[in-house]
Amino acid sequence: MSVRVRVPTPLRKFTQGSDEVDANGATVSAMLDDLEQNHPGIKERIMDENGKVRRFVNVYVNGDDIRFLKNVDTALKDGDSISIVPAIAGGM
Amino acid sequence: MSFVQGLKCRECKREYPIAPLHVCEDCFGPLEVEYDYDGIRQSVSREKIASRAHNLWRYRELLPIEEEPRVGLYSGFTPLIRARRLGEALGVEELYLKDDSVNHPTFSYKDRVVSVAISKAIEFGYETVSCASTGNLANSVSAHAASAGLNCYVFIPEGLEEGKIVGSAIYGPRTVAIKGTYDDVNRLCSEIGDKYQWAFVNVNLRPYYAEGAKTHAFEVAEQLGWKLPRHIVVGSAGGTILPKLAKGFKELREVGLVGRDEPCSIYSAQAAGCSPIIDALKKGTDVVDPVKPNTIATSIAIGNPADGYYVIQAVKESGGWGENVTDDEILDGIKLLASTEGIFTEPAGGTEIAVTRKLIEQGRIPRDESIVVSITGNGYKTIETVAHIIDRPYSIDAALGTFDALYDELSKGSPETAQAG
Repeated sequence: MSVRVRVPTPLRKFTQGSDEVDANGATVSAMLDDLEQNHPGIKERIMDENGKVRRFVNVYVNGDDIRFLKNVDTALKDGDSISIVPAIAGGM
Repeated sequence: MSFVQGLKCRECKREYPIAPLHVCEDCFGPLEVEYDYDGIRQSVSREKIASRAHNLWRYRELLPIEEEPRVGLYSGFTPLIRARRLGEALGVEELYLKDDSVNHPTFSYKDRVVSVAISKAIEFGYETVSCASTGNLANSVSAHAASAGLNCYVFIPEGLEEGKIVGSAIYGPRTVAIKGTYDDVNRLCSEIGDKYQWAFVNVNLRPYYAEGAKTHAFEVAEQLGWKLPRHIVVGSAGGTILPKLAKGFKELREVGLVGRDEPCSIYSAQAAGCSPIIDALKKGTDVVDPVKPNTIATSIAIGNPADGYYVIQAVKESGGWGENVTDDEILDGIKLLASTEGIFTEPAGGTEIAVTRKLIEQGRIPRDESIVVSITGNGYKTIETVAHIIDRPYSIDAALGTFDALYDELSKGSPETAQAG
């Protein structure tokens, strides 16, 4: 599956400054492995040593938070759009 | 003179210079402003603060600006009210309300954080300010941007109360309503903030913005005669204010403005229709799972609170707790506050009152110690929420006889009768 990944500013040093890159994978987890192949160092910024998405990172597939889906096991299809977004404040 | 030393990641402690940055490049942890507390301790005093104008800048040694403040010269220093009638209704001895529903200029706690964020935006040289908002923040950013002559874009979820929409639009920003929840607005704004060179007060200026929330704590302490309340209850949405109250109280101890060992337990209030933080607290975990919000308390309807983890930490460290309440309990809270203290708050404030009542009834907050309830927003912005629970006006002809008949009807069985004539 080929998907588009939006890269937030803090991770662009791994993508030669690109704000969007292509990646492949049948699941979010596989996609992150593929991302790491082409952009070494990026995966450990997104996931901790136990393979869980870091506390202050949110991952979205077509705008849906993967925690409402199957987390890193969420299936991907061609053309899906992935966002990696740092947690931000607000409300009240 | 500024006592700011720089930014530091709350998680991995990596240090950064003062810049419009909000997340750590290494671990995505939030960045916090660091101060020279030894320097502040030597410079600040109760007398010095007392000599300054009644606004939030009277605590400027503990705020992250370098130059003179540009906005918010009338923001903050809201009333701390000894709430005797509400205290009696709740069965407690010493109850206070910190009333940010009358904050200047847009009637919510947000005027604090925005005063600091926009002063900082001007220092950084930005010409356009922006925010992701559930309503109150957009109101405040729009007003402060207008007064500073800055361009302004505000992003809100669709379906907000009319008072919150008009309460931004009147100041002339570009208002963009997103089809989705606040959490969708937030995600989009994070991406917009990455692309456009704007000062997003709650995104790239978040470290400075959040510091403004401490002034709520500073004022409570000063207004109590430089003492901390034993207990304080405040709403949690994205989770900015509660950890910042904890930080504010800690700084007051650190710089010697209050006693070093003064305890203050902090309690989080959420609506049952959106309580990811309280759910985690009750489960005994600090992992806050996101929820899809469904509550009348739109201003605190954030299903994915960025600082939820820190709310839980601050609650636990302070010996506090938290509760959630249903929409009906929130409406009862609004009515109770209005009928006992003459203060009209929005559903977030109704949540704060209703949760306080619940925590007192549960014995979590004792009845004989000082309690402050933070009232974070104003009911005049959300009138449609309570329209169905109020008595409609009696509509009559302009004739004395008609009124006499109505009065007789209304007075039946009421002790206030027979005053007329």
